[in-house]
Amino acid sequence: MTDERVRQMSLANRLLTRPEFGAFLALVVVWIFFAIVAFDNNFVSWVTTAAILNRAAPLGILAVAVALLMISGEFDLSIGSIVGFAGMAIMLLITPAEAGGFGLPVWVAVLIALMITLLTGFFNGVLVMATRLPSFIITLGSLFIFRGLAVAIPRLMTNRTQLGGFEDYDSGGWAAAFATKIEVGGARFDIAIIWWIVIAAIATIVLLKTHIGNWIFGTGGDANAARNVGVPVAKLKIALFMVTALAAFIVALIQATQLNSADSLRGTLKEFEAIIAVVVGGTLLTGGYGSVLGPVFGALIFAMVQQGIIITGVDGDWFRVFVGGILVLAVIFNNFIRQRASKR
Amino acid sequence: MSDKILEIQGVSKFFGSVIALQNVSMFVRPGEVTCLLGDNGAGKSTLIKTLAGVHKPSEGKYFFEGKETLFESPREALNAGIATVYQDLAMIPLMSIWRNFFLGSEPLKAGPIFDIENAKRITREEMAKMGIDIRDPDQPVGTLSGGERQSVAIARAVYFGAKVLILDEPTAALGVKQAGVVLRYIVEARNRGIGVIFITHNPHHAYPVGDHFVILKRGQIFGDYAKEEVPIDHLIQMMAGGADLEQLQHELAEATGRS
Repeated sequence: MTDERVRQMSLANRLLTRPEFGAFLALVVVWIFFAIVAFDNNFVSWVTTAAILNRAAPLGILAVAVALLMISGEFDLSIGSIVGFAGMAIMLLITPAEAGGFGLPVWVAVLIALMITLLTGFFNGVLVMATRLPSFIITLGSLFIFRGLAVAIPRLMTNRTQLGGFEDYDSGGWAAAFATKIEVGGARFDIAIIWWIVIAAIATIVLLKTHIGNWIFGTGGDANAARNVGVPVAKLKIALFMVTALAAFIVALIQATQLNSADSLRGTLKEFEAIIAVVVGGTLLTGGYGSVLGPVFGALIFAMVQQGIIITGVDGDWFRVFVGGILVLAVIFNNFIRQRASKR
Repeated sequence: MSDKILEIQGVSKFFGSVIALQNVSMFVRPGEVTCLLGDNGAGKSTLIKTLAGVHKPSEGKYFFEGKETLFESPREALNAGIATVYQDLAMIPLMSIWRNFFLGSEPLKAGPIFDIENAKRITREEMAKMGIDIRDPDQPVGTLSGGERQSVAIARAVYFGAKVLILDEPTAALGVKQAGVVLRYIVEARNRGIGVIFITHNPHHAYPVGDHFVILKRGQIFGDYAKEEVPIDHLIQMMAGGADLEQLQHELAEATGRS
């Protein structure tokens, strides 16, 4: 099956056409940069690597879900609020009645909190599809709604916005699946990293190897065209909003088990960090193009810059300046290679 | 004749006080091309949408395979075998040809796993059957020319078992050579026994492929001619409204004479 009109593309050029290539390159550059600048601060070590991965994992889990949603052409600005909301839901359901909670067994509380959290995603999705308003606006609203609820309800019931003591309740041992640390080379790696890898692998298979992935690309590319050929666009998008809520729930559960507590303000700004990771990862802001691997690299870059700045002792105030700069540079670079690659 | 696969009789469509179509009758037979000609505003779009199941006729009858039918949605019409390829296409530029080809009807191999090898092979084969040799099924549709995109859309409709193919201005906005590619495709589809309704405002594109010609004007049928009955000059005249065209020629001649 050879055709004289198909040039054998060089390996470099084939890599260039992949959405995650820019992010991968940026990841290597950032690593080399800190490996040189912060070598004396022990940047190239198990301990630093563990710190970076531990930071990247929760953000990465959110970014993977946000990537699928963004490829389908929608935004979720409320995901950070949902993290706080879900964590409070779990702890509020566990907290004994005399302390103002519901006093449910841990596993029942977690299941009910999961249902409620999935409902938040359903709420976002249905509202976006029913009103036909941009999801940017709808989820900007729910960013405030869910954060407000995460503060108001616990305060009303328990008079507090932080609920602790997860370890005091009998969870039947499964909490270890979210909170365990694995020691390698003297450094402690969170088990959340494994969750992240598994979730990213599943998302990649769904996106690239199933008909649902084809629907996600098609819906993001042109929702009307996709609808015309029978793709259930509304159902798909609502499901993807629920997937981002699910990711927020997993992150909330990881934090509740690791830190033994929930805090109404947890997850603040995570929605933007996730979007940064996804866009740095080469996903088109308007949908229809992107990958799961890109946002994984994006989350790693984010955590690496954060950790690098901490250990070099540079004033942490500069972190946001760096991240913002990387975002803009990455988008310019991604645009540039995408144009070059499509011209071949 | 009873072999008409799709026919409408006395169809009218009103939008409030606007009469978009009035008493329109037309048909297509399997293995024939019915050309629907009309200038802008003649009601072609409304007629297509009525045929495709988007609009329901306000008056009149709709027959499909000899039975009176009323489609509730375009999806229903599509399932029955009436495929419509719109001008703006159902093609997604950023997606590869094979992903586009099977969007919404993906072949699965195990559970939800998309049978990608087969999808690529079928895409290539179907395009080849229609006389188009695609370079690389992984190519994004956005890198194809307008004519090639139309061809992918038509090949897709044919592959998914269309009995009637409604083509909305597929040659508009195409260069001469590209329009030729699409016209060849229309003939291919016809030769495979599909009833083709080809909408255009260009008689030069309609004439070589059409078996009969329906002229729509101001929401009404102005004429329905078999190819033998009508030379192309007449077709052009009728389309533009003969008298108007003569008047225009006269005016142009005067204007050029003066300058």
